[in-house]
Amino acid sequence: MHRARERRNVSKGDYNVSKDNDGASTYPHRLNFYDRPPMSDVTVEEFETSALDRLRVLTEIESSAARNRTWDETKRVIDSLCKKHLPLGPNPPNLKDEQWIRDTERRKDHLSHFVLRLAFCRSEDLRRRFVKAETTLFRIRYETDLVDDRYQFLDSRQLDRTVASEEEKKEYKEDLISLHFSGPEDNTTKELWFKAARFYKVRWTRVPDLVERRSILLKGGWAYVPENAQASIIYDEFETRLVKALEVTNRALPRLDEDTRLLPILENLSKGFVAGVSSEVYDPSNQSNGDIKAEMVDELARQHFPLCMRTLHENLRRDSHLKHFGRLNYGLFLKVLGLSIEEAVVFWRKAFNKMTDDKFNKEHKYNIRHSYGLEGKRANYPAKSCVQLLTCAPSEPGCPYRQYSPENLSSALLQYYSGQGLTSADLPEILGTVKGGHCHVACTRVFEITHGKRVKRGEGMGEGESVTHPNQYAAKSIEMS
Amino acid sequence: MEIDDVDPTSPEVMLTFYRRLYPFKSIFHWLNQDANPTRRFTQREFAFTLPGDIYLRYQSFNSAEDLKKQVCQLNPSRFEIGPVYSARPRDKKTLRPGVLVPIQRELVFDIDMTDYDPVRTCCSGAGICKRCWGFIAAAVHVLDGAIRDNFGYQNLLWVYSGRRGIHLWISDSEALSLTDDHRKALVEFVSMNLGGETGNKRLNIRSKNVPPSIRHAADMLNQKFPDLVLADQECFDGENGSETLLSMLPPDIVSSLRKDWTANPYKSSEDKWEDLKLKAKADKSSVLLRALQDIVLLYTYPRIDAEVSKHRNHLLKAPFCVHPKTGRVCVPVNPDQVEEFDPDTVPTVGQLLKELDAIPKDENSPYEHHADWEKTSLKPYVDLLNQHALRLMEQTKGAKREDDLSW
Ligand SMILES: [Zn+2]
Repeated sequence: MHRARERRNVSKGDYNVSKDNDGASTYPHRLNFYDRPPMSDVTVEEFETSALDRLRVLTEIESSAARNRTWDETKRVIDSLCKKHLPLGPNPPNLKDEQWIRDTERRKDHLSHFVLRLAFCRSEDLRRRFVKAETTLFRIRYETDLVDDRYQFLDSRQLDRTVASEEEKKEYKEDLISLHFSGPEDNTTKELWFKAARFYKVRWTRVPDLVERRSILLKGGWAYVPENAQASIIYDEFETRLVKALEVTNRALPRLDEDTRLLPILENLSKGFVAGVSSEVYDPSNQSNGDIKAEMVDELARQHFPLCMRTLHENLRRDSHLKHFGRLNYGLFLKVLGLSIEEAVVFWRKAFNKMTDDKFNKEHKYNIRHSYGLEGKRANYPAKSCVQLLTCAPSEPGCPYRQYSPENLSSALLQYYSGQGLTSADLPEILGTVKGGHCHVACTRVFEITHGKRVKRGEGMGEGESVTHPNQYAAKSIEMS
Repeated sequence: MEIDDVDPTSPEVMLTFYRRLYPFKSIFHWLNQDANPTRRFTQREFAFTLPGDIYLRYQSFNSAEDLKKQVCQLNPSRFEIGPVYSARPRDKKTLRPGVLVPIQRELVFDIDMTDYDPVRTCCSGAGICKRCWGFIAAAVHVLDGAIRDNFGYQNLLWVYSGRRGIHLWISDSEALSLTDDHRKALVEFVSMNLGGETGNKRLNIRSKNVPPSIRHAADMLNQKFPDLVLADQECFDGENGSETLLSMLPPDIVSSLRKDWTANPYKSSEDKWEDLKLKAKADKSSVLLRALQDIVLLYTYPRIDAEVSKHRNHLLKAPFCVHPKTGRVCVPVNPDQVEEFDPDTVPTVGQLLKELDAIPKDENSPYEHHADWEKTSLKPYVDLLNQHALRLMEQTKGAKREDDLSW
């Protein structure tokens, strides 16, 4: 199947925007059912970056569901996120002018979809979530598509549907009219409308959303779908095909293991999706530079830190000590926050106040300098992201939303955030979100609650994005203060 | 009464019931839909409730005999039936995570009398009597009709839950394979958000016209409403009844009606309803008429416990289990005769054991414990399940023949 081709396609070379021999675009439509894998050459870097961009969009779609956003809110948030990371414009009025821009966008859309298929085909759970998110994305694009483009796309598809016969129409006339006719109540108009109306007959299981809203006629398990509601059939078709394709890909996948370049990338992608956060959304490198003093940390922690870092801070103050991974995570977090190496040494020296100078200098000073890239490999170690904190071993201090029992989480939240407006009435929603596996959404909600004066529900880190990095949380909070 | 002296929760009673009366074979045929064991049975989850609130999940069995053996050994106070999994549930511990997933399950419904507390006047809470059973009967009529008419399913088994409700199991092959999303859509289609309280209730079905499925149900319920809600339950009698009714009416007619009904404090629910119907006839805007229709639906439309139906892996008590409080057996109910069904006449386990004792022992028969239910008042109910299972097995045979022809 398409595996063999894909392997060949992933090469180091540049690519040309693909055209068929006759010069027509490979991507005549904005919408894509992804029946065929991308055929052009791709660099490994492009392979990864396009997938990461798509992943941001898909994880935000999942978050939208977890945050109970309305369909319109979801559409708005995702649409603006797409414009940033995965733009996909309509057909330009003058085909020659902008077609190459469109082709580039559509090529990226196409490629990124197929990369994520590879990353997410391996378990039932990942497949299910991927299908759900992709179908939602398709739906958003379908709804925002220009009417002409949409019709052209529909015409290009051979959809599996039968038209209800005249006899059936006549038999159910009264019900069909009462459900779907919305014009004036005079009989001539009604008759004319009904004569022209066309209904597709499909098994009800193919249009569950229409069934759920009771907006169509059901007889003996057959749904009579009016022409203007056929989008539901399209969504179902998209979903059904994708489910099958993922199973095929899963069976064919073992052969991909030969390619050592791609496997780590795919692992990383699916790891991010499992945690519910795309891997590298927040770029902590645009940090503020060294303007935080050691004595400011207490106050900053109280006002601006997410629960994971707040907990480490409080534990440090309570015990005058932190275990290895706690020191590492919190130290890197403070570094990125803007604590200079000199201030860091002061901060930790004061914090470990039960320790002798000798012990501190021997055991800890080196490690602090090391984490700032001043010793050893001299690497610039980044602070841990939410994905890393969500997927770390249970023995390490990770994301408290994942690691704590509901009771401990409740009392920690109240203890640390009740001064900033969080009350016990907020807990059921937060715990429910955590229970649904959406720790980052719960954390984002706490951010919204504790910044209630400036942030509205659903706004998150701005434009509805969820927390993906503790430093993002803190930086955003400081920025708003 | 002597019969009720038997403690249904005593282990001895339950063990005798399982050994001599419980129709394992019929249950097997019904779930398996075939004479020989298929994965519909062998990969099916059973869950046992044992003394001391121990709940044993992920049990599975190779045959009806296997199931019977284990039931008699563990002697559960009841057991539940779950989905067909992609592998044997009892191998759960040795399977890779994610391998054991539910793939099939009867579509089930649960209607419980407690959800009718806001509208029934004769009993409340755990209580149930022949009178309030009328609400269940109305619900069965509507739901049974809606499922058959709208969704085309034919294989419906209604089962009394042993106390104050009724379960529905649908075994059509499409129904077995529905995903959770499908189940949710179907449940939303057939259910209405009726809320817990009656006061100021607006039904959320009038965005445009009443959907055809609801209109058909309403036609049926309009017939039942006068007898059930007005004549029998007398829901709108007295001052409280008046106020309940008034709170659901368009505000502009309330004050004149209140004056009239306060002046005639003994006016019956039926007469008050007649007043309203007269007023509705005179009202051209049909606002009142729609309000009356809403009231009929609010009082009689099926109140479904939606969560039970939405998930493939929800466990539901097996038919013919014994309700631990009432001792009554969860027997199948013929939907065409649901109105005549009287929960008080359902055999109790105590009564059945007495019937067994009364059977003269045939010393020569080696089959003492085989199908003893035939000689007790459990028989008509087991027959009902057997007919149902036989129909399912015939369909399976038919489907196999079709497959053969297609070669
Ligand atoms: Zn009663």
